[in-house]
This record gives sequence, structure tokens and C-alpha cells, in this order.
Amino acid sequence: MTTGHPSQPATQDPGGQSAGGPPAGGRSAGWVAAALRDHDEQTGREEARQERQGSPQPRPGTVREELVLDRIDRARRARPRVKEERITMSHGAGGKATQTLIEAIFLDAFRNPLLEPLEDAARIHVNGARVALTTDSYVVSPLFFPGGDIGDLAVNGTVNDLAVSGAVPLYLSAGFILEEGFPVADLSRIVASMQAAAQRAGVQIVTGDTKVVERGKADGCYINTAGIGVIEREGTLGVAQARPGDAILVSGPIGDHGVTIMLARGELDLEADVISDTAPLNGLICSLLSKTTGVRALRDATRGGVATILNEIATAADVGVLVTEDEIPVRLEVRGASELLGIDPMYVACEGRVVVVVDGDQADQALAAMRAHPQGEQAAIIGRVTAEPPGIVQLKTAFGGTRIVDLLVGDPLPRIC
Amino acid sequence: MRFVDEFRAADKAHALAAKIAALCEPGRQYKLMEVCGGHTHTIYKHGLEDYLPEQITLVHGPGCPVCVIPMGRMDDAIALAAEPDVIMTSFGDMMRVPGSHGSFFDAKARGTDIRMVYSPLDSLKIARKNPGKRVIFMAIGFETTAPSTAMTMLRAAAEGLSNFSIFCNHVTIIPAIKAILDSPDLRLDGFIGPGHVSTVIGCRPYEFIARDYGRPVVVAGFEPLDILQSIYMLMQQLSEGRAEIENQYSRVVPWDGNVVALRAIGETMELRPYFEWRGLGFISHSALKVREKYAQFDAERLFSVPGVRVADPKACQCGEVLKGVLKPWECKVFGTACTPETPIGTCMVSPEGACAAYYNYGRLTRTRVKEATRS
Amino acid sequence: MCLGIPGEVIEFLPDQPDLARVDVSGVRRVINVGLLADDPPEPGEWVLIHVGFALSKIDEDEAAAALSFLEAIGQAYEDELAALQDSRIE
Repeated sequence: MTTGHPSQPATQDPGGQSAGGPPAGGRSAGWVAAALRDHDEQTGREEARQERQGSPQPRPGTVREELVLDRIDRARRARPRVKEERITMSHGAGGKATQTLIEAIFLDAFRNPLLEPLEDAARIHVNGARVALTTDSYVVSPLFFPGGDIGDLAVNGTVNDLAVSGAVPLYLSAGFILEEGFPVADLSRIVASMQAAAQRAGVQIVTGDTKVVERGKADGCYINTAGIGVIEREGTLGVAQARPGDAILVSGPIGDHGVTIMLARGELDLEADVISDTAPLNGLICSLLSKTTGVRALRDATRGGVATILNEIATAADVGVLVTEDEIPVRLEVRGASELLGIDPMYVACEGRVVVVVDGDQADQALAAMRAHPQGEQAAIIGRVTAEPPGIVQLKTAFGGTRIVDLLVGDPLPRIC
Repeated sequence: MRFVDEFRAADKAHALAAKIAALCEPGRQYKLMEVCGGHTHTIYKHGLEDYLPEQITLVHGPGCPVCVIPMGRMDDAIALAAEPDVIMTSFGDMMRVPGSHGSFFDAKARGTDIRMVYSPLDSLKIARKNPGKRVIFMAIGFETTAPSTAMTMLRAAAEGLSNFSIFCNHVTIIPAIKAILDSPDLRLDGFIGPGHVSTVIGCRPYEFIARDYGRPVVVAGFEPLDILQSIYMLMQQLSEGRAEIENQYSRVVPWDGNVVALRAIGETMELRPYFEWRGLGFISHSALKVREKYAQFDAERLFSVPGVRVADPKACQCGEVLKGVLKPWECKVFGTACTPETPIGTCMVSPEGACAAYYNYGRLTRTRVKEATRS
Repeated sequence: MCLGIPGEVIEFLPDQPDLARVDVSGVRRVINVGLLADDPPEPGEWVLIHVGFALSKIDEDEAAAALSFLEAIGQAYEDELAALQDSRIE
């Protein structure tokens, strides 16, 4: 048994032109020591449990590996806890950290049956009518970008959250937090976009709020919108309803919005003819739902991209998801920018794409219904729901191998390596 | 995408896979190391291991310049970033590497001005735009990236910029490979050689691996067919009892390397006597620092860097995992103290490190292998 | 040592000899070609791009040779498979 410290190769230059050797000792990091303590406790507990169970001892190798894999599985299913003391940008990226924050802080405090499903909108009963209620905040930078602006996002985003819940979007509220010094002309532009978007989507903005904060806060303009809509169709849509054999579709090429924003920020010095895909999807969804009865779930792919939605499906329904890389539509420029930056389009935000889970037998029907609508011209069937392995999303790569598409740990940051 | 898609064509993969399988001696296990983190990334991204027979295991090497930065150096970087009027600029990969009190990301959350850049030239741009600030570039990478840092310093010198410096953490690949080869319990049969490092240093520096250690090396490109072809070439060498250096990535890698690049490095940087590698300990002459002549661009000279060494915990067994001696789950702290969210050693820091990969994908691979071998 | 992507050189920037505009699948970026000073690329040639610098020219002949090798292997495999199919005893 080794002591654990890696065997040192020849580190000292015997002739030594160097001034002295490397420093000895060194202190250790607090969080590492704490983690090691937890580890010792946990190992101690496991060994005690093993002894109590008095199980027969097969080959030591197998037992240890099984133990370790079980431990990991348990950790994955354990009650979420936020370990950080402060909020980081990861908490807003839409991946693992965001999920943990939502479950450990918000769900934990507000817990009630209407919140638990954590879908894009809450479905509530008001005097016999089924109503969907949703809210979203928009903090995009830059405010104006190819394909739209924060106003478009603010209306379309909320309309879409209602539409994917099976509701007909009706009314929106709009709350503005404005930075001191923000040009009124810019505000007018944004508001004009919102009105145009609202008209396109067939909704009205019926109430709102305005606050102003000192220069240096609110990055120009932050917008919050809330929306309500009426659910007229029977049944409930939800990712937990996905079952093996279901087909998964996406309404168009992925990653357009996120790449547009990254390029529009100007820090990366890339130019391309990509524009944001921000659009209202209620028309497309209405058309789809009227022609296909077997739709189980709808999700609009925003922060965290399509990959995040696929993981939500797998986790909520405890099923496997298998998608095929060749079938996933991605624009050439989005691919180029992603390759250049080392990011994966599957994790990049969209703002006008819906992911559909539908009864496998009706996949072709659903596809045809979507393709018949302008917002769904490039819709595609990208994969299936499987029984095994539960909770895991797999991708059959264009190359023919398979890999796992896990939840993102943070933002899809450009890599060099 | 030209020069990319052709090398991702699945139809050629089966052919290569068949040829590779045919070269395996019955009953013999083969361990091939891909040194480079970029190769590891390709292997996982395209599911390349599905094409390999069970007899071949790929061992993921230490060629991840991000992962090998020790905690103490991260602490130094964060301390530099926290200096008054400093803008720290860094590649995206570094943002999440933990020091003893968190990463760049965590420091940013506390209000430190740390900005992500795609190129050191972007860092220069920030320096020009912010004359009242002192811009530091966190320079990391093997010999692939060092020339870019060097050229940036030369450009800064030509422009007479006085508010730009680099925190130099460039490391060199040969000493790391040598450290692996020198370990007494080495069990590797051959190397998939670094692709882009070789565009700079050429293929000659690997000759000692074949000559003194009798192991074949094939310098490989980064598309999946490149790697499969390189494995095929390695297996050919092994089956013929040869140990040579071959260049599969000849469309990009010149045998003699890039002289202009090497000159730029030589002009601005020199080797440190030793440098600590997370998980591998101290390795002599394995890293670069800024030359005296360019001292005005050396953050270590311009600022006082804490330089406190934070030891790898004794429990860390990255060294053995990197050499192919231990499997990730055999490391005592794997999965408990050391997880992707709280990575202790280099094998867990990178999402493609052997341990991170096993943590995320291990159970699935075992299931697939079990199913594949059941009948 | 990682993330290098092939791009096509479109044009040089007039006042800055070391800078060239490249195209990667419709995405354009200005990069520094100073590392190729001994043999500067022409518009239309392809280079390997890494963190905003061109590290190497892509040798189209070598690329073609690599692809032919892969084609040949692929073809041989197809032929073998076909032969196997044909020789199956029903």
C-alpha cells in the first residue's frame, strides 16, 4: 500500500545551476482538510455498515469499485446544498449550480405543491379556470444585438414560458429597473420593441413598475416580466411525463442567441452573420397541440441550452435520453464560432426554440405540424426517450461513438485547451 | 468545415477500428497514453473509446496545463488580481481552478476585476484602453501557447506599453513525459504524441522516448480519425517490434517545428530551475519565466507575489493515476474528498481528467462493457 | 497544445503587416500571423489558429495524402465486408 504521495522523479539537478532547491513543506488548504475529514467519517461509517451486514467478500477489487460508484450515485441523489458563501456567475448559468440554488434555497423555503414541479410556469386554479403564471427577469448585455433587444426577449421569453405550459398567453406585466444616466431614447427603443413583440404574440402589457437606481447599478436597464395565460386543453404537460419510446424534437437550429450575444459583447473580436432567434412560439405550439394529441412536454430552451432540458427530462421522469448528433440542427456559423471558442452548442442559450417530447408513434405527425409553421421550418427529430440508463442523457456522436451530455457545472466558458 | 469534417467521417472509423483490433495479440493488454488534454477532450467528445477493442486502454496523461497549476500558484494569481488598480485577464479554462480559498470565479464574486479573454492580444487591448490600470495576463499553456505570449510581450515592448505584464505559468511538455517514463512502476506501451505543441517544438524532442525507453510515439492530430489512425500506427509499430517517432499530423506539424516561434520564446523567456506540478511534485527545468531583459512585463518582478506553497495533500494519488498505475476509483479519496466540484488533484480539476471523466461516466462505461461482453 | 482550428486567410490588414483576417465557417476574426514570418500565408491559404495567432500553415498536399490513406483503408474495409457477405453460406 502506497502512502499516497506520488513518487518523486529526479527533481533536483545534481549539478544545480539553480539557487537552492524547491521549498519544502508548505501549508494545506482549509477546504481540502475539511473534505478529507468528511471522507474519513464517511469511510468509517461505510466500513461499519459493511461489518454489520456481514456480507460475503467477493474479489476486493469489485467490492471497492462498486462501493465507490454507489457512493457517487448517492451523492448525486443527495439533498442539494449550496456550499458557496457567495453567489457566483455559475448560479445564473442555468446548469448544476442554478438547479442547486433553486432547490436548496428557494424551493426549500417556499415549498408548496404548486411550486414543486419547477416547470416553466405554475399551473393554478382560479375560480374553476386553469391559469398559468410565470415570471422572468432580463439582464442581457448588450441591450441591443443583431436580431433584437432586451425588450424582445422580455416579451417573447414570458410568452414562451406560458405557451410551453399549454396555456394561451394573455397578459403581461413589465417592471423596469433603470440606471441613472440611461438614455431615454434607448428606453423608447426597447419599449417599442416590446409593443411590437406583444402584438406579434397577441398579448397585452397591462401593468408595470419603474424604479431608478444610482449610476453603476442595473447595467443600463433590467426588465422583469410576469405573464398569465389560460389553459384550455385537457391534460397536463410536464417533463415528468416522458416515457420510454417517446420522441424528442427541437423546433430549429440551436445556439443562435447565445453565440450572437457572445459576439455582440465585442470582447472576442469575432464577426459572423448570426442573429438571435428570439421569437414568440405560442403560434407554433398552438398549431402543434391542435394537430398532435400525444405531446407529453414542451420546454423552451433558454439558459443552459438544449442539453439542460434533456437532463431535466431524464431526471424528472427517471428515464434515459438518447440523441443523435447528426440530427441536431446547428447553423454553420454557430458551429464555426463554437469550434473556435471551444464551446458546445448544446449548452448555448436559445430564445426562440422549443423542445418537444411526444409519443413515439406520433413523432412524424408532430414534425410535420411544426415544419408547416414559419417558426418550425427547420424542426427535427433529435432523439428518443429510453428506459435505460435512468437519469442519463447520451449523445450518439457523428463519429459513431457515444458520450454523456451532463449538466453544465458553470457557464460554457470559451476554452483554449 | 474544411480540414475538420473529413477527419470526422464515421465510415472510415470502422475500417480503422477493425485494423486496430486485428493487430492486438491475443491475451495481451495494451496501455497507450495520450499526453495532451486536447486529445482527451476529443476522445470523450466523440466517444472514440467505443471503437477500441477491450485490450487497449487509453491512459489520460498530464498534458493539461490548466490542471497542473498548483493551489499555491492560484493563490498567487488571485493575490495579484486583488492588487489595487489591477485588471487580471485570463483564459476561460482557468476560471474554475481552485486555490486554497477558491478560484478566479469566486474572487470575481468578491469584486476582484478578473476578465476572461480569448487571446493575450485581447489583454493588450484592455491595457491600451485602460491606461490608469495595470493589466496582468495569466499566461498558461505548454509550448503551443508560449509563442503567443512571447509575441504579445514583443508587441507590448514595440508599443512602449507600461501598464501590461504577464504572470508566467507556461510549462514544458518533455520533462512531464520524462517524469512519467522514469517512474519505476511504468506500464505504458506507447504514446499518442501532443499535436499542437509539436507544431512549435517539432518531432525531434521525442526521439529520446524511442531511443532510450524503447516506446513508440505517434504525433497525432485532434480529429477523431487522426487519433484512431495514430493508434493504428502505434499498434503497427508494437506488432512489428519497432519504436520510432512518427508524425500522423503532417498536414500541420513540421518535423523541425516553428523556428520563429522558438526564437520568440527564447528571446523573451527562460527555463525556471524547477516548478511544482499539481499531482506530480517538483520537476526541474519544466517551466518558463520572463527574462531579465523583459522585466517590465514580468508580474512576479513588478508585484510582490505571496509565493506560499500549498502542498498537495498526502492523500492525493494523482501521480499514480497519471502513470496508469492506479485506476481513478482505486484512489482513496476519489468520490469523497475529491469530486469535480471539490477537486483536490489535477486528475479531477479538468472535466476530462481521468478522475472527473470516470466520476461522471464511469458507471455507464461499466454497464456498456458488461452488456457488450455478455452473451 | 489544444484547441487549434483551421481557418482560411481572407486578407491582410493594410496598415498592420502582422495581422490578417481569417474565416472559420463564416465566422471572421483578425489574427496575428507573426509566427509565420518566415513563410507568410497568402489569401486563400489555410492556417491553424490558436488563441488569436496562426501557429502553422495547413499543408494541403499532406492533408490530401492523409485523406487518401483513410479512403484506401475505408475502401479496403468495404471490399472485405462485401466479400464476406458474398461468401456467406446460406
